[in-house]
Amino acid sequence: MEYNPAFPLLRPYTDFDNRGFWEGIKRHALVFQRCKHCGLFVHRPRPMCPRCLSTEKEWVPSEGKGKIYSYVTVHYEKTGYPGIKVPYSVVVVEMLEGVRIIANVEGIEPEELRIGMPVEVTFEDIAEDLTLPRVKKREVGSP
Amino acid sequence: MDMISNKTAIVGIGISEFSKDSGKTELRMASEVIREALDDAGLVPPDIDGIVVHTDDASDEIAAVRTMGMGNLTFFGQCRWDGAPCGMVMRAAIGVAAGMANYVLVYRAVNGSSKRRMGTPSRDIAQMSTSALLQWTFHAPFGQISAAGAVAMITSRYLYEYGIDPDKFGWIPVVCRGHGSKNPRGMYYGQPIAIEDYRRSPMFTDPLRLLDCHENSDAAAALIITTLERAKDLRQKPVRILAVAQSEVAETEEKNCFYSPRLSELPEIVRVGERLFAMSGLAPRHIRSIQLDDSYAPLVPMQLEALGFCAPGEGAAFCEGGDRIRMGGEIPLNTSGGSLGEGYLYGLNHIIEAVRLVRGTSPVQAGPLSPVLVTTGALGPASGLIVGDGL
Repeated sequence: MEYNPAFPLLRPYTDFDNRGFWEGIKRHALVFQRCKHCGLFVHRPRPMCPRCLSTEKEWVPSEGKGKIYSYVTVHYEKTGYPGIKVPYSVVVVEMLEGVRIIANVEGIEPEELRIGMPVEVTFEDIAEDLTLPRVKKREVGSP
Repeated sequence: MDMISNKTAIVGIGISEFSKDSGKTELRMASEVIREALDDAGLVPPDIDGIVVHTDDASDEIAAVRTMGMGNLTFFGQCRWDGAPCGMVMRAAIGVAAGMANYVLVYRAVNGSSKRRMGTPSRDIAQMSTSALLQWTFHAPFGQISAAGAVAMITSRYLYEYGIDPDKFGWIPVVCRGHGSKNPRGMYYGQPIAIEDYRRSPMFTDPLRLLDCHENSDAAAALIITTLERAKDLRQKPVRILAVAQSEVAETEEKNCFYSPRLSELPEIVRVGERLFAMSGLAPRHIRSIQLDDSYAPLVPMQLEALGFCAPGEGAAFCEGGDRIRMGGEIPLNTSGGSLGEGYLYGLNHIIEAVRLVRGTSPVQAGPLSPVLVTTGALGPASGLIVGDGL
């Protein structure tokens, strides 16, 4: 990912409900909200478990592994964000925990992208106050 | 439901021309289409006692009331999200059916081209709703900020699951532009395209081509809804609301459903279709024309499947060659051009065209067509309706 410094970086807006996720990302740890009462993993984070309505929840480290569920490559800056140089790819990843995340890729060319491709999460420190998750190819069968 | 189906009607319509720069305020555009709708119905401003407007519009009902001398409101409110238009008609129909108002006005006026670029945040972050903030927080930092990007993500999965050749989506803009080329008030009057134009069209957000996507426009439209009983005394043949529905499902987002169990289907449109057919007692084979959300071409085959017009995965093949969905074909699609061939007004123009088809006054038609099914907002909170000349 190459950024265009003429535009501001887009930063997540953190609040009481999602702060734990972004604090995890900052220290290069992917964590997901899990309900302490019924065990449901939830992403995006929210104040209450949508299954059992418990507000007791915890941040659980993810294995960081998943498969590409869908992807796009932005070729035209008007449909993306002009602060990111085109072309760039965005992927939906289905994680082993059963939740989906949106991320960008590291070291995967647009034409290489395939649905079902095994990937693992890595992190990129973009600015002092901004770290984002990326995904890179994962060797199948690796522990 | 019994209070609305076949007991309420659309009795007045007004629609502006579609342009890249209207040179007018949104309130001016709204006032002009409201005046046209009143005149069409044979009503005067004090008759209007209900108004439904959209949260995103500058031309709110207070401004319209002041501008047009509509001083008798007893029923008013706002609807939200891009998929609102048929839901706005639903709100109006509920108002008249419940006796809370006699004549309810629905309108939108949007300088979507000249005032601001759609797809960019229109509000300060601090004023965003929680769901908008969630999208901002979990999608925008990755450059996933446009509706086109969201549709591309869904389309990518759809192509994968059914092994579809993306070239086939090209027949949707070809048909819509063909219809729109005959619509003097649209943005593409006299400008049809051929399938070769589509194939040469640049890749925008892979797998979407430029011609898969609508362009923004400046436009406005208004509708007046009343009970069928009152409609009989007005100027036009009443266009009956046979069914109207909204749907919002778990894990939805405003313009995408990256988190829905199956990204390749449109769960809200599935539900809207089920409700429309249950309420009207009709089935897809009874529908004579469809006015579907075509803000992005691949949404059309996906909706044909979601609504039961064809089997899962067969929507693109259904549109191939365009003959089935052209005027005169099996089930004509977006006959005034829709978002791809007339201009972008979130589908309010699709509802207006459905009314014209039932009346027999569409710019492209030979004789009346009824019933007509409309969807607005295929992504996220969605709504739909069926109108006709009676059952």
